[in-house]
Amino acid sequence: MIPAAFDYAKPSTVDEAVRALAEGGEDAKVLAGGQSLIPVLRLRLAAPTVLVDVGGVGELRGVRDDGDALVIGATTRHADLLRDPLVARHAPLLAQAAAQVGDRQVRHLGTLGGSLSHADPAGDLPGAAVALDASFEIAGPGGRRTVSAADFFVDFLTTALAPDEILVSVRVPKRPGWTTHYEKFNRVAQAWAIVGVAAAVRRENGSIAEARVALTNMGSTPLRAGAVEQSLAGSAATVDAVASAAGHAAEGADPPSDAFASADYRRHLATVLTRRAVLAAGGIA
Amino acid sequence: MTRISITVDGVRYDDDVQPRTLLVHHLRERLGKVGTVVGCDTSNCGSCTVLMGGESVKSCTVLAVQADGLEITTVEGLAGSDGELHPVQQAFHDRHALQCGFCTPGMIMSAVDLLAENPDPTDAEIREGLEGNLCRCTGYQNIVRAVRDAAATMRAGASEPAPAAPEEAPAPAPAPVEVGS
Ligand SMILES: Cc1cc2nc3c(=O)[nH]c(=O)nc-3n(C[C@H](O)[C@H](O)[C@H](O)COP(=O)(O)OP(=O)(O)OC[C@H]3O[C@@H](n4cnc5c(N)ncnc54)[C@H](O)[C@@H]3O)c2cc1C
Ligand code: FES
Ligand code: FES
Repeated sequence: MIPAAFDYAKPSTVDEAVRALAEGGEDAKVLAGGQSLIPVLRLRLAAPTVLVDVGGVGELRGVRDDGDALVIGATTRHADLLRDPLVARHAPLLAQAAAQVGDRQVRHLGTLGGSLSHADPAGDLPGAAVALDASFEIAGPGGRRTVSAADFFVDFLTTALAPDEILVSVRVPKRPGWTTHYEKFNRVAQAWAIVGVAAAVRRENGSIAEARVALTNMGSTPLRAGAVEQSLAGSAATVDAVASAAGHAAEGADPPSDAFASADYRRHLATVLTRRAVLAAGGIA
Repeated sequence: MTRISITVDGVRYDDDVQPRTLLVHHLRERLGKVGTVVGCDTSNCGSCTVLMGGESVKSCTVLAVQADGLEITTVEGLAGSDGELHPVQQAFHDRHALQCGFCTPGMIMSAVDLLAENPDPTDAEIREGLEGNLCRCTGYQNIVRAVRDAAATMRAGASEPAPAAPEEAPAPAPAPVEVGS
């Protein structure tokens, strides 16, 4: 299968990329690692007129320490996240989620920004970004703006990005005192999440002071498990307390039924995986 | 058409390609590198795996234009110029790690990539490292054995003192040999 013909632009700055997108009009598309886009093009589910390859834009790649946050360029690859010492120190949840993406080959090309912009509800990085309260820097013809992770994911494969905008970087606040875990359930190696749970926990003395929990593939966007977070805040750091809080994981969620799992099974998985994720994040045994 | 320059198995090629050309098609149809095969065409099977810039990628899921300026290694580029098989190729042969052989080029390239990062993987790490490669003959046991053997051979090769350069005596300390590139 061969994609329909398109023109190809390879800008070297963000401004050039934004201009190329604008010139390409409505049917221009950004190409990052291509690990979601090329399969779509090959099936001819999309036929953009222009691809703007942002792989050569230096500003978009790499991880930088910005005081109270890490700033991670959009074209930083999954494989880079796995090896990066700053990510390991300040945002290990992202590396843990990236390690779950596809296989080595996919991780060598696929990018953080591509995963977030593609916004597949089964994607591993969006939930992690929501749990970490990341914010996204976006560049467009009118300049730059910042959108919170909570506002970025709008619907199935739909984000706050306008067609003429580019995701530049992801800002992940450092959270001293917090520990995290990503728990993914899938059928076979290399497969997408049936359900995934990203958890971040701050313990104080013998209890859980605060928690943030985000669910993958329990709706059309990553979801915060608000009832779980409330129940965990101030609770004892015990297996029983966590299990009881995790029982609320599917509250308010409207998960899909598909060939892999029914909605009911997903609700069940959400509670089990939330318990595991929070216990692992908090080091509670 | 877009002009690209890529080095495949040590030989540089300059070509005009349509931007929609997939790397695997460029390799096979333009450059005659038919050792790299297409299995699924849906990015799942890994039989089209090559090294791009030293790292494994599925060449059915890369545009040829994305490879511009980069070095590609296919299964055809692994053997020495004297035809001596790469340790991973030799181990696949010795361990009978293939049945129909269709997945083999991709399996070998993925194994080479894995061993470059992890020279002494456990069986579990080998299985996980090859998760992007499917064998429809399901000969996974022998594939894992072959990768384990190749790893041992390559480690032994890496710890042998490097042959002394003729004009230099005494021999310099053995340099770490880069495996798998
Ligand atoms: C076999 C296989 C298995 C996979 N398994 C998983 C998995 O288990 N979990 C998982 O999370 N993902 C999985 N993926 C998808 C993988 O994570 C992709 O890397 C990712 O979804 C897309 O990243 P990319 O850089 O390749 O983006 P591309 O494919 O290049 O782009 C994807 C979309 O995002 C847009 N885009 C990309 N970058 C930007 C940007 N900077 N600004 C604006 N728009 C942009 C593109 O226009 C396109 O619409 C898998 C993919 C494959 C092929
Ligand atoms: S042919 Fe490329 S992954 Fe199957
Ligand atoms: S040997 Fe036949 S597909 Fe692997």
